[in-house]
Amino acid sequence: MAAAMRLVNKKIFTPGMGQHYLAFTTAAQVYSAGIKASQALPETVKIVEVGPRDGLQNEKVVVPTEAKINLINMLSESGLTVIEATSFVSPKWVPQMGDQVEVMKGIKKKPGVSYPVLTPNLRGFQAAVKAGASEVAIFGAASELFSKKNINCSVEESLQRFDEVMKAAKEAAVPVRGYVSCVVGCPYEGKVAPEKVAHVAKRLYSMGCYEISLGDTIGVGTPGSMTEMLEAVSREVPVSALAVHCHDTYGQALANILVALQMGISVVDSSVAGLGGCPYAQGASGNVATEDVVYMLHGLGIKTGVDLLKLMDAGSFICRALNRKTNSKVAQAACKL
Amino acid sequence: MGSIPTTVKHCLSYEQLFEDYPWLRRWLQEEKIITEHEYPKFVKIVEVGPRDGLQNEKEIVPTGVKIQLIDMLSATGLSVVEATSFVSSKWVPQMADHTQVLQGIQRAPLTQYPVLTPNMQGFQDAVAAGATEVAVFGSASETFSRQNINCSIDESMLRFQEVINAAKERQIPVRGYVSCALGCPHEGRIEPSKVAEVAKRLYEMGCYEISLGDTIGVGTPGSMFKMLQMVKKDVPIDALAVHCHDTYGQALPNILTALQMGVSVVDSAVAGLGGCPYAPGSTGNVSTEDVLYMLHGMGIQTNVDLNKVIEAGDFICNALGRRTNSKVGQAKSGTL
Repeated sequence: MAAAMRLVNKKIFTPGMGQHYLAFTTAAQVYSAGIKASQALPETVKIVEVGPRDGLQNEKVVVPTEAKINLINMLSESGLTVIEATSFVSPKWVPQMGDQVEVMKGIKKKPGVSYPVLTPNLRGFQAAVKAGASEVAIFGAASELFSKKNINCSVEESLQRFDEVMKAAKEAAVPVRGYVSCVVGCPYEGKVAPEKVAHVAKRLYSMGCYEISLGDTIGVGTPGSMTEMLEAVSREVPVSALAVHCHDTYGQALANILVALQMGISVVDSSVAGLGGCPYAQGASGNVATEDVVYMLHGLGIKTGVDLLKLMDAGSFICRALNRKTNSKVAQAACKL
Repeated sequence: MGSIPTTVKHCLSYEQLFEDYPWLRRWLQEEKIITEHEYPKFVKIVEVGPRDGLQNEKEIVPTGVKIQLIDMLSATGLSVVEATSFVSSKWVPQMADHTQVLQGIQRAPLTQYPVLTPNMQGFQDAVAAGATEVAVFGSASETFSRQNINCSIDESMLRFQEVINAAKERQIPVRGYVSCALGCPHEGRIEPSKVAEVAKRLYEMGCYEISLGDTIGVGTPGSMFKMLQMVKKDVPIDALAVHCHDTYGQALPNILTALQMGVSVVDSAVAGLGGCPYAPGSTGNVSTEDVLYMLHGMGIQTNVDLNKVIEAGDFICNALGRRTNSKVGQAKSGTL
């Protein structure tokens, strides 16, 4: 039998021809060498909606608490399963998040939907839990200079600070999501080494974060640098625990998300209406728009559970409240039809 | 003992087959090394700003400005700059100065300046004005063809055959466009087989390259993939180009998909000039700057200087009194 197999194999199983000649199987779905473009894409993608936190945090106009709560409630109805609600940082640093407790207590929590909040330190964590948070997030940077300029300490020091938060979260059985910023480029350091990103991601993952979101903070990534970085990180952290957080500052976000999906990533962060600009490039955009991401995913036959029309309603609402135009191309195009 | 023979096990489960022959996975490419996409080493950019871009801008731009724009684009290293369109000025007032533009530009030695020629009249005027490359526009949608150029696809092909024949006699290369390749504002979904049919006709009639246009920007990597899969059965991949609109923000991932499938010619417009007549206020053409940023970031060569394209974009946006549609342009002007 083995001899027969070998004979058959020699004749039939040459590279690239496998798709036609799997004589001994019935159920194999083999992709031909030509169809590189659409294979092994995840069947479903989880969208992590960061508009109410990352988005609003980077908007100049301070939005009333009621509007924030309404936005989150509308997003809850659109089918999203993760909505980053607010941030327990000191309002001295981030005035937009000053109403963190009221927002957390005021939203209608939909069953099956998670509402993570940022907790930069133990105090923030305690306040978050007190306000009813059941998932939190911590932020590390892959760039030393960015860490120093942003939170006034080295990357290592920041990870040690988070240790406290991790311990407390474990005791309270609160899951923690880890963010790594500047994964392809830093406004101060320029190009960031993929190994550094892998190192920080690995630290956060081994500290206990259930998921690591890799953020292209200034949007300079392209499918080239994205692939390089993801290859390095996925050697240290399982791909199923990775997410991408792409900024659209140079218009590269959707292309970057596509290559990430092709590499097995199935969690994508985005912001309704593309809320949130870029503090390092005035007037430029920041977060990629959830509507545009969902449009692409649905066009690829990937399930998200999100109702695009309801999502667009939430986007129109918050843009009216902010008195600004949406950053989502889908929203811009669709509302004219 | 009743043990199942190995071959039967293999028949019932290819997973079992892979367990017993682990090297099979590699051979059958089941566990594809996704990262090893073979991208083209070089991509030719076809700059359509001065024609497709300006044609869809409301502001009529003076001839001198058009000429200066084209000259600036020629200096960036672009090897193809679509200069103007020999259509009746009654239909497209922006292109009324086609002859002056074509005669006024300073042609870079290695750059082509194709012009649109929808019919014999246009072709003859173009040749008289010195055109050395022309383009014809077909549609994959019957309704779009009738609404846009007032005739069926078949009738338009007859018209184009005339032009192509005349061009052949003069050894003037002809580029073919297929619009509505991924969707039509009137018909909605367009069958990939229809796109393939029209592309094949244009190619067999004598067009050296076929540019597949997502006219209303509704395509996604999913539909782009399906459409290209069909078209490349009938037209060689290196004779294909993609002309993506960014109306729904999908242009760059669509272009990326096309590159992954072997396409190496991309149409784009400086500063993302040109809106979408079917979604007023929305964008149309993808920006050359954003495309270049992506290609260069992937190590793909284009021979085009991005900074000079940004300058050309700034120039034309000033002249039009509007902001650039290019995200790269917006970011560069705002970066501290």
